[in-house]
Amino acid sequence: MAIELKMPALSPTMEEGTLAKWLVKEGDHVKSGDILAEIETDKATMEFEAVDEGVISSINVAAGTDGVKVGTVIALITGEGDEAPAPSPKPVVSVPVEIPEQSAPPANASNLLPTDSDTVAANSAMQTVTLREALRDAMAEEMRRDDRVFVMGEEVAEYQGAYKVTQGLLDEFGARRVIDTPITEYGFAGVGTGAAMGGLRPIIEFMTFNFAMQAIDHIINSAAKTNYMSGGQMRCPIVFRGPNGAAARVGAQHSQNYAPWYASVPGLIVISPYDAADAKGLLKAAIRCEDPVVFLENELLYGRSYEVPTSDDHVLPIGKARIMREGTDVTIVSYSIGVGLSLEAADRLAEDGISAEVIDLRTIRPLDKAAVLASLAKTNRLVVAEEGWPTCSVGSEILAICMEEGFDDLDAPVLRITNEDVPMPYAANLEKAMLVNADKIVTGVRRTLGV
Amino acid sequence: MATTPAKKSASKKASVSEDAARVNRERPAEPVPYKATQEELLKFYRDMLLIRRFEEKAGQLYGLGLIGGFCHLYIGQEAVAIGLQSALTPGKDSVITGYRDHGHMLAYGIDPNVIMAELTGRAAGISNGKGGSMHMFSTEHKFYGGHGIVGAQVSLGAGLAFGHKYANDGGVCLAYFGDGASNQGQVYESFNMAELWKLPIIFVIENNRYAMGTSVNRASSEDQLYRRGESFRIPGIQVDGMDVLAVRGAAEVALDWVRSGKGPVLLEMKTYRYRGHSMSDPAKYRSRDEVQSVRDNSDPIEGCKAYLAEMGVGEDALKVIEKEIRQIVNESADFAETSPEPALSELYTDVLVEQY
Repeated sequence: MAIELKMPALSPTMEEGTLAKWLVKEGDHVKSGDILAEIETDKATMEFEAVDEGVISSINVAAGTDGVKVGTVIALITGEGDEAPAPSPKPVVSVPVEIPEQSAPPANASNLLPTDSDTVAANSAMQTVTLREALRDAMAEEMRRDDRVFVMGEEVAEYQGAYKVTQGLLDEFGARRVIDTPITEYGFAGVGTGAAMGGLRPIIEFMTFNFAMQAIDHIINSAAKTNYMSGGQMRCPIVFRGPNGAAARVGAQHSQNYAPWYASVPGLIVISPYDAADAKGLLKAAIRCEDPVVFLENELLYGRSYEVPTSDDHVLPIGKARIMREGTDVTIVSYSIGVGLSLEAADRLAEDGISAEVIDLRTIRPLDKAAVLASLAKTNRLVVAEEGWPTCSVGSEILAICMEEGFDDLDAPVLRITNEDVPMPYAANLEKAMLVNADKIVTGVRRTLGV
Repeated sequence: MATTPAKKSASKKASVSEDAARVNRERPAEPVPYKATQEELLKFYRDMLLIRRFEEKAGQLYGLGLIGGFCHLYIGQEAVAIGLQSALTPGKDSVITGYRDHGHMLAYGIDPNVIMAELTGRAAGISNGKGGSMHMFSTEHKFYGGHGIVGAQVSLGAGLAFGHKYANDGGVCLAYFGDGASNQGQVYESFNMAELWKLPIIFVIENNRYAMGTSVNRASSEDQLYRRGESFRIPGIQVDGMDVLAVRGAAEVALDWVRSGKGPVLLEMKTYRYRGHSMSDPAKYRSRDEVQSVRDNSDPIEGCKAYLAEMGVGEDALKVIEKEIRQIVNESADFAETSPEPALSELYTDVLVEQY
């Protein structure tokens, strides 16, 4: 009675991985707890253990195979001599951190061409990199350029980053500049802020911005207000960065978008990029910036690949939105992961002859009002798509701007298309229902257009 | 803890032999009172008197409505800032403190005029009138505030010390906080990292016995606050914070320890504030007799005067200093009263450094 060993999911959102190495061969006797294989994603390498005892009767997927879908039968174990029905195979996977893998990129994510001159020089050479690599490259380039720049946070050095964003930095820059902290967010946010006051250029990584709630006092009271309180005498050039927003199946305490919180604070710059080229160019700008920056990334985007300029001087302006797709009938304003959903919605609307313009805010504070109002003046209808709660959201702010400064251009009320106004549920179906998606954006746009 | 700090003898409480838990680790030497020259002692006297008279004037200006909001006076605690900071180098060693910050600024040689003008909210104030009593800074002197959130300066101070180590500039950070702040969680997060990374920092608990109106014993399960760093392996020393020579002696020991790369040290300064927590203190939590008793028996300026008398410095010499100080303070008050308020256009400046 053969037991099927299936490609395991290392996290709730993993869809495929690489079978890096077999540690057993056909004919080997294995028992529960033996390590059978190593499985890699772009984020981590995991060991795959046996839970059943028996003999490896066949290996169905060779070592080194990429793109093995979760659930694929990779090997068979034959039980020894008894006729008992084989237990269903439940391989145990050693997962070093409880962090889900990113989802696969949507079909339209990597073939978007920027349409804004602020983005990339038309003739610059491009390469395909993941968003996490783009962030890493941004930090590495700035660290090469300026000895005052250092990275500090939980698991940023020896572990190579909880999400592998800091991979390789310790090797290149050493422990002086790539610093593992204890789990002590309030404390190390304060240490970083103090170091910035003293003249250094810290990059403080939060494993997620959910944990930055422990440290929000230093971000707001210490970092954001210093320049003003000192009459311009004492600066605080620091970057607080890390993943923000919903991940996948991690529940209420690990799934929240803090963009509206930080965007309400004078003295802070708040950046929340969508693609890798923007992430790199804006992170470099953030590190060079004299003001404190909250840099909100998105875990679900880390593994997606995008075209990024090869230049090591790809620095983008802070405070400038980007037209991701031109259109004439309606404007969809978004940022971060919502941009991908908005582009998907725009594709579907185009099939029905509706031309939607998609704007990526990129910087949430200071907000590029001019870009929003210019688009509104062109399309006369606007919705905001936001992966976050509706109440007191970035969308609420956009609505207010359209009312106050674009009222004469409005042919219909501006709508917020957001997550539902509830904490994030765990159950897969409830989670899906809670989140904003392309369907909801399409529906909202149709409502705005009355079609 | 409820007793009056004993003059000259308090530091002996921290004797290494008394605490069996600590004997296996190297510890800083037992501090001895600093042997000041007459010139140094006269300077201590003058600098403490400047703080005393400055703060008395600030209290008056508050009463006249010229200073608003919260105003926390340093009267009674002068020996702490002067004893410690006289051992430091402004512009090299950094200092950071909480909201009771006027004394630490004066101790670092910052111009009384710009401090007083900040208290009255004038354009000539050190923060252009936008910071106020609790938020004052002088990066030139490496004085980093002036922080209004209790305990925040401890983590920030660890960051300044991190910067000294990173830049290898030989500087030390002196981070002050009160007995109240010593119960904040981030203080211990900072202790942990500071010792783990051997940061050049002296943590100073200014134990003035009351966190607003709550006495140390009512708030702290371990009320011997010098022990608060021991579980992080930070050696602690209890010091008579009312005796400027005892404080300076402790500063010497602490600086030797920190400058030799052995990591942080914690000084508990047993001190006392004569005035309320802030100007709006109801003073219901302690008796007048208690305050008077400290004034009579442990006043740091009177104590310094006694040392000077032993050296043969008479009242006449001190009167000259008194007169000079009164003039400086009166001038700062005049300056602070007559300087213009910030222009309304200043409302929108300094929010961000760059234009976007």
